Amino acid sequence: MKVRLLAAAAMVAGAFALPAHAQVEVQWWHSMGGALGEALNGLADQFNAEQKEYKVVTSYKGSYPESMTAAIAAFRAGQAPHILQVFEVGTATMMSARGAVKPVYQLMKETGEPFDPKAYLPTVTGYYSDTKGNMLSLPFNSSTALFYIDRNKFKAAGLPPVAPKTWKELIATAEKLKAAGQDCVYTTGWPSWVHIENFSAWHNVPIGTKQNGMGGLDARFTINSPTHVKHVQMLSDMAKKGLFTYAGRTNQADAKFQSGECAMATISAGALGGTIKAGKTDWQLNMLPYHDDVKGAPQNSIIGGASLWVMSGRKAEEYKGVARFFTFLSRPEVQMEWHTKTGYVPITLAAYELTKKSGFYDKNPGRDMAVLQLTNKAPTANSKGLRFGNFVQGRTIIEEELEAAFAGKKAAKAALDDAVKRGNELLRQFEAANK
Amino acid sequence: MEKRVVFRSAWLPFVLVAPQLAITVVFFFWPASQAIWYSFQLQDAFGLRSQFVGLQNFYTLFKDPNYLLSFRTTAVFSVAVAGIGIALSLLLAVMADRVVRGAMAYKTLLIWPYAVAAAVAGVLYAFMFAPSIGIVTFMLRQFGVHWNWVIDGNQAMLLVIMAAVWNQISYNFLFFLAGLQSIPKSLIEAAAIDGAGPGRRFWSIIFPLLSPTAFFLLVVNVVYAFFGTFGIIDAITQGGPAQSTTILVYKVYHDGVKAADLGGSSAQSVILMAIVIALTVVQFRYIERRVQY
Repeated sequence: MKVRLLAAAAMVAGAFALPAHAQVEVQWWHSMGGALGEALNGLADQFNAEQKEYKVVTSYKGSYPESMTAAIAAFRAGQAPHILQVFEVGTATMMSARGAVKPVYQLMKETGEPFDPKAYLPTVTGYYSDTKGNMLSLPFNSSTALFYIDRNKFKAAGLPPVAPKTWKELIATAEKLKAAGQDCVYTTGWPSWVHIENFSAWHNVPIGTKQNGMGGLDARFTINSPTHVKHVQMLSDMAKKGLFTYAGRTNQADAKFQSGECAMATISAGALGGTIKAGKTDWQLNMLPYHDDVKGAPQNSIIGGASLWVMSGRKAEEYKGVARFFTFLSRPEVQMEWHTKTGYVPITLAAYELTKKSGFYDKNPGRDMAVLQLTNKAPTANSKGLRFGNFVQGRTIIEEELEAAFAGKKAAKAALDDAVKRGNELLRQFEAANK
Repeated sequence: MEKRVVFRSAWLPFVLVAPQLAITVVFFFWPASQAIWYSFQLQDAFGLRSQFVGLQNFYTLFKDPNYLLSFRTTAVFSVAVAGIGIALSLLLAVMADRVVRGAMAYKTLLIWPYAVAAAVAGVLYAFMFAPSIGIVTFMLRQFGVHWNWVIDGNQAMLLVIMAAVWNQISYNFLFFLAGLQSIPKSLIEAAAIDGAGPGRRFWSIIFPLLSPTAFFLLVVNVVYAFFGTFGIIDAITQGGPAQSTTILVYKVYHDGVKAADLGGSSAQSVILMAIVIALTVVQFRYIERRVQY
């Protein structure tokens, strides 16, 4: 009897309490673990503290592919979150999922939130917009590939601590370092992202037809061009001579550089935090090396990282909360905090200017290198980004073929020809599935 | 000879088997039939659009030389894992059976690895053999061995085989040990009195009496190599480098779960299902005949 009375009382109390704080919840699924996750939760807490109408609830769903899989399963069961953080290679899949996602430009228009796509960095906007320039997802954490050198190693080999600018110079430096007894001279993270995707943009050569796939589903890969073949052949030759140590398909190279094992590395701008924390190197951030015989190089690099997609099928008032939160995330001071805390690039020009004014870059030289490289020149059709269907598999194929080349099992030309052939089959399959 | 229970009631036997049947239908037949159904379809990731494409998914697979290569990889991997795993654990079981002092300690230590989950075993090996920081890598370097399985496919294969065998040895060991202990001592003593040496005793008496156990373990180990090792591969190599360790089941996972290609992935699992059914039939038909119970 007593229990029932209590329950009734609780219900009455609940009925009265509800309208008072009818907070609308916004679910945000993400893949930021560790320190990055803390920074992300900090953003949500700040938003929740600022206003009382909406409450952003974050949940960590594992790695990028894992949270995407979780969201797809949730969508199929009718339980999708409002906001989903999707990595850049999943962009085409999300974009083709008409009916499953709500484009950001449309969300902002419907909810009447002020929104100006021009406020964002052009290389960032390009990656997440359709051909008409409509922004489909909100850029969130963006990085790019940078060239790190450890000046201690240079000094130990009697070299001036200056980073080589071109690949030719890099090889010359690598040979000297090797001769001086440096075991691991150069390594790289994310082989496809750095040596195919960013390489293509940086040298203004296409990765695929149809503006790197942005112009339609019938795109084909073009990564077996002479420029690509030459570059991959050069890396294979370097590997053979011991001038290039392969580290793996993801960020394994970060540790190799941070621990002081390797003298030079092309890894993500996001690896800087870990480099500083490890404190074992006299690191210096530089722009990616380029081939000076390629016309127009260096162009600009492209981003990696993730953006926020809005899933469809939710109530209008909940979308209002999502839009409000997106406006909050785009605020310069919020962006500056995210940028300086995590090492990801600020996604709006205003945030970049604000960070510059704050004197952060003077105190932390090199921290603006990613932005400088991304905005090195106005992006062309080749350097705006890329959008290929099934690219999770596509990237795996490219990496497999690169590994075959680096291991000397295949010539660079054969490996890239096979990558194109296998990749195109995936694209055709995606085209057929998304007609 | 045969034991038979006769039920008087007409429905009781059905009720008694119903739970088991329900489990089999829900967890085996239902997903399997779903996989077969999906294997004939082309679907986008979100399941918004799907179309019936007949055998096209299968056609695409068999046209792909890399998929065919994956069969060879799987064969090499499975034969090595099952073969080495069984041989090594048999050796260990025979040794452990002979030991008089501290037998318990040896046995416990040998059974221990089974408590380690496949993914954890994978991470353990990945760390010990890590190309730059691994402790074993460091020792190998002292011997002048250049160890970098991140790029060397053969080394990668060797590593996943080692991890898979290590993880499975305890299981095999337990069964062999139980088998050995159930062999009547009088048989072995009689043979010894007749002048048979240890080798002869093993091959003529012990091994034939162990053959049912060995056969059972062969089936279990092949199934393990085909399906159970997936966690180890995912934790160590993710199928690389250049597909050197992409066994069939890993490709099913990569294409289906990571890349959200349900049709292609289902077609692969249907093929895998057919292979395992065929293998089991062959094992029971031909190998079992030679087994002495």
